[in-house]
Amino acid sequence: MASSGAKKVRSKEKPGNSPAMLPTLTPSERVDLLRKMVLIRRFEQKAAQAFMQAKIRGFCHLYIGQEAVAVGSISTLHPTDAVITAYRDHGHALARGMSSRECMAELFGKITGCSRGKGGSMHFFSKEKHFHGGHGIVGGQTPLAAGIAFAQKYNGTGEVTVCYLGDGAVNQGAFHEALNLAALWKLPVIYVIENNEYSMGTHQSRSSAGYPLVKRADGYDMAGITANGNDVDDVREKMWDAVQLARTESLPSLVEIKTYRYRGHSMSDPGNYRTKEEIAERKKESEPISMFKERLYKEKVLTEKEYEEIERQSVAEAEDAIAFAEASAEPEVATVFEDIHAPEDQIAEFRPPIGS
Amino acid sequence: MAVITMREALNQALSEEMERDGRVILMGEEVAEYQGAYKVSSGLLQKFGAKRVLDTPISESGFAGLGVGAAMQGLRPVVEFMTWSFSMVAYDQIVNNAGAIRYMSGGQYSIPIVFRGSSGAGLQVGATHSHTPENWYANVPAMTVITPAFPDDAKGLLKSAIRSNNPVCFIENEKLYGFKGEVPEGDVLTTIGQARICREGSQVTLIANSASTHVALASAEQLAADGISAEVVDLRTIKPLDIPTILASVVKTSRVVIVEENKPFAGWGAQVAYEIQHRAFDSLDAPIERVTGLDVPQPYARVLEQAVMPSAERVTEAAKKTLG
Repeated sequence: MASSGAKKVRSKEKPGNSPAMLPTLTPSERVDLLRKMVLIRRFEQKAAQAFMQAKIRGFCHLYIGQEAVAVGSISTLHPTDAVITAYRDHGHALARGMSSRECMAELFGKITGCSRGKGGSMHFFSKEKHFHGGHGIVGGQTPLAAGIAFAQKYNGTGEVTVCYLGDGAVNQGAFHEALNLAALWKLPVIYVIENNEYSMGTHQSRSSAGYPLVKRADGYDMAGITANGNDVDDVREKMWDAVQLARTESLPSLVEIKTYRYRGHSMSDPGNYRTKEEIAERKKESEPISMFKERLYKEKVLTEKEYEEIERQSVAEAEDAIAFAEASAEPEVATVFEDIHAPEDQIAEFRPPIGS
Repeated sequence: MAVITMREALNQALSEEMERDGRVILMGEEVAEYQGAYKVSSGLLQKFGAKRVLDTPISESGFAGLGVGAAMQGLRPVVEFMTWSFSMVAYDQIVNNAGAIRYMSGGQYSIPIVFRGSSGAGLQVGATHSHTPENWYANVPAMTVITPAFPDDAKGLLKSAIRSNNPVCFIENEKLYGFKGEVPEGDVLTTIGQARICREGSQVTLIANSASTHVALASAEQLAADGISAEVVDLRTIKPLDIPTILASVVKTSRVVIVEENKPFAGWGAQVAYEIQHRAFDSLDAPIERVTGLDVPQPYARVLEQAVMPSAERVTEAAKKTLG
């Protein structure tokens, strides 16, 4: 389902080895994809409620409507592959297997949060799950992704890096510098533009010249691939090509995934730049969870009753995460001076105690 | 002990650390094939190969961030800015990524990276190429900021910086690359965060760093000719500051002149002055004087630029002022 106008660019006419085929998922694995999408939706809805109750502060960017992108793309990765994204990071963290509890606790600023309450909504991290943030400056994560991929290649691990960015980030200099370096040095990195059409409140028609955005790959002689972000199967299929290219040939690619967010840019956004009708229409024609659910019904791998059970479990997990976050302790004030510097082990510690 | 230039000392440090640790890589503009814009990386490509010594495109934000990402994965990159004046286009990567990822992640990551390169004014390269940015980077909580003045310190401190598990801004001064001094051979480290008394004296303390240390030493000669005994403290490291060494000298002389090439507003000298008045108020016999670069963009014309730079004459005048 490549969008019109997108040219598929390959740096080689034919890959040296024919890439492995996209693995066919078992029925239960397909249901798991749906389960993850529903969990992200319910988690975000609970987070929105908690934000309205002022239990979550600061900025809070929800992933509602974009679930198929993170779930579909991350399902094509090995557990040790790297994932890095921008500030709308809750969905990717959950899709990567971070727990609802540690994520919600981070939103609540609790010591049990995935970043010990120091990151907040925009700065989730789990080194253990190879989820390298959660980055707050638009496009700022894109050179980091090139560096992670550089290290993967340097160490010959066979791992790849997936870096998500929004459609607003394509006009940042750092993004272009990163694409050039990735292509020049043949780094195993996949840049995924989650094109939800709006950079904050500015429609892409008023912020970007040159469509489709994936054309930016051409200038760097990178593979350019597009996918329908409302269709988790299409995301998986197209991402698989990009991941194989990175894994088997150490070549980067740019994947543009068309999606749509149903909520504001952040919880602080009244959304005056688009109509309620526009949102309703987009939901009606291509809501990713309903679309996939209906497909699974047709495939007879899911019954309505089973779906209800998924809903019930997802709501329960999100509520449990809220309860866990509420019950968790605030960070001790003394922790404000922790996590600034890593301990030294090759030279003597040379810093005076903080506050001395 | 061998007498070598600052650039040779830096080259030895890089070479020895790359030899010792396969995770150390060097990247930057012209560091490989060209052998370094200032020849600091001369011969390293031949010794360690293109996998570890990498010419980058002119993309400071891109390659500085790439270095941070590689450090998050356990490599120990040395990222060269041809001059620190160019680091400003990488400021977000240095401040927000190198400077905050460990903290923002609750301590999950170490960022063992060294950003290094030349800096400073005085060679008539105009406003865009003359910055001394140590105070900008010292304002980043996680950052270590090192500014060597002598070849032995350049080598010993760079080796320590590469072995640190935390981000370091290692700010060299272009005027000093050809400066020669005795440098011990082999694996000799200089401790980060320790100032050096490079001339003992009793009546006034001149506190300086990097090229300004040499300005202070020249002033101390002038003062000696007038019968005034000046002590010169080379900070070596701007962050963390070696406050005990500073205070010991202040207690001894009771008078202070701070010499810094950067602009005056919120320059590191303001912090040093604060620390002294706060901790050794009763030891002071005169207000602390500062001699800084003048608060103007760096001009090109020689006569204008020389007026802007701290000079031995300005330092001598300030020192005499503290003596009444």
